[in-house]
Amino acid sequence: MAEESFLTDDFLRQLINVGEVDILVGLPTHNNAKTIGSIVHTIQSGILRGFPRERAVIINADGGSRDGTPELVTGVSIDDARPASNPYALRTLHSISTKYASSPASGVALRTILAATELLRAKACVVMSPESVSIEPEWLSKLLGPIYRDGFDLVTPTYRRHKFEGLLITNLLYPMTRALYGLRIREAYSPEFGFSGRFGSQFLGQNAWNDGTDGAGVNLRFTLAAITGRYRICQSFLGEKDHVERHAADLVPALRQTVGVLFSALEPDFPVWSAVAGSQPAPTTGADQEVLLGPLRVNRKRLREMFSNGVAELESVFQSILSPSTLAELQRIARLGEEEFHYPAELWVRSVYEFAASYQKSVISRDHIIQALAPLFRGRVFTFLMENRNASADEVENNIEALCLEFERLKPYLLQLWKPRE
Amino acid sequence: MREMIIGELSQALHEIARGFAHFLPRLVVMLILAFVGWVIAYAVKAVLRIFLRLIKFDKLSENAGASQLLTNAALPSATEMLSRFVFWVTWLGFILLGVQVLGILGLQEQIARFFLFLPRLFVAMFILFFGLLAASFFSRAALLAAVNANVPSPRVLSLALRTIIIVFVLSIVFEELGLAEQTMLVAFGIAFGALMLGLAIAFGMGGRDLAKRFLEKRFVRAKKEENEDELSPL
Repeated sequence: MAEESFLTDDFLRQLINVGEVDILVGLPTHNNAKTIGSIVHTIQSGILRGFPRERAVIINADGGSRDGTPELVTGVSIDDARPASNPYALRTLHSISTKYASSPASGVALRTILAATELLRAKACVVMSPESVSIEPEWLSKLLGPIYRDGFDLVTPTYRRHKFEGLLITNLLYPMTRALYGLRIREAYSPEFGFSGRFGSQFLGQNAWNDGTDGAGVNLRFTLAAITGRYRICQSFLGEKDHVERHAADLVPALRQTVGVLFSALEPDFPVWSAVAGSQPAPTTGADQEVLLGPLRVNRKRLREMFSNGVAELESVFQSILSPSTLAELQRIARLGEEEFHYPAELWVRSVYEFAASYQKSVISRDHIIQALAPLFRGRVFTFLMENRNASADEVENNIEALCLEFERLKPYLLQLWKPRE
Repeated sequence: MREMIIGELSQALHEIARGFAHFLPRLVVMLILAFVGWVIAYAVKAVLRIFLRLIKFDKLSENAGASQLLTNAALPSATEMLSRFVFWVTWLGFILLGVQVLGILGLQEQIARFFLFLPRLFVAMFILFFGLLAASFFSRAALLAAVNANVPSPRVLSLALRTIIIVFVLSIVFEELGLAEQTMLVAFGIAFGALMLGLAIAFGMGGRDLAKRFLEKRFVRAKKEENEDELSPL
């Protein structure tokens, strides 16, 4: 087994002691001492409730925590969870922790979990986020059930979210993934997902792990690999996604992990996505998506200012990336006042597709292309906020659907821009 | 008298003919060397062009923004530029070898110096090319980072960084070429010092309001904005 080499001897010894399992829960962590105790407790409850007779293990892949996170994972007693769920569970639930590196790297963490999955011959696996404070025991059944009982290979979650949360997903990642790959997966990039041991082994063997990156955005690559490999995929509604505190400065890293990964996948996946027309819904358990409408204070003025300043200051960069007509149109709307400002869906889609084509051609540094998208995204967010200021949940969904259809309608434009390198 | 003149003339003509007879083979050798040199230089250019295309040299140049510089200056691609440069240097080398064969006094030393200068020229060209690429890359990185961090006057910041890198690269190039080393050292010192002083004065005095706004934005408004919900992109 080729993957054994990067696992530590101690970790391998612990895995051998566990033997074969049915269920594996992967928990990548880095300094999550505040939340990890309750999350492990919830995971144990979820396993005891949903899979009381299955052999299960929790694998903690830690990226060099200094706050005692691994000790907390292995220290949570199953007995704490047992009385509240099923006191008659027969199986022992193992918790193993391994430190894969001295700094966090999501790609290495997933690789460690996948290698453990293969070694333990787990049938169904789930990766849980160490920051999901709203996790419920039922999440385990919802993510593992379709794999363990119905033979699916990948289960992605859907959540109940505020209408203005996850705007990078609703305005770019979901519509573009759907338009190009032809499958309507709402959360292609999610910290929680379930997968079959079969698909995990295939991804472990085929994925280029030593590409010099820390594997940021590997979750998205995982989902795209399932689509292109024609594995059985479904969605499962989990409930409310906790509000993770983020700041505006998080946008560029988020773009790298999602849009950067998507753009880089387009080149090898060209034979797949170029042959796809339209899109199909993915089988979904529970709601497709639920929208919350509570008030949310947002500094809209700053968003528009950053868009306008970005378009003005980055003109030389945009000249390398965008077509003259798209750039001229962006410059026109950048001069508009707050009331008249509108970044239409068609222009947004054209901009994104031109960015994708420029990324493929590497007209400038690829990372610079991703960074240059941030001001345009802010402009699009401003328009989305204005359009949906007083919108109901259905209206928000309709607007997102209209944007998705625009991405699908303009797909031939991307194909026209795309010139496979000889 | 008449016979003497005729004798001298015939002797002179004879010497010219003899000199020409000595010179003609050398000229032919020089022409052959020039022709062979042209063929070799052309072959080297073709092979180099193929090699540069194989290693995607243009992509490297594009990534760092050098292609854009060349396009703006109405110059061919980086691969074509380098191929042509090598062609001319190779051919010129053969021509100079041919000239050496002619045996013209005084030229031989100059030619030897030229050949000794070639490695330094190559190193200087290498430093200049990658220096310009680095200037373009880092100035664009600074521009993007400043725009996304909402820092005031990002283009000034980017231009300043670009200027500093180019001045630094040029000083290294001139030092490598051995051209006016002392002058360049002093000029670089003065230019760099003046730039730093200018930036300090501009920021401290000329940009007092800008600095105030910048600091307020960084520290005062940041507190105010903590009370506002930030949109989570994911």
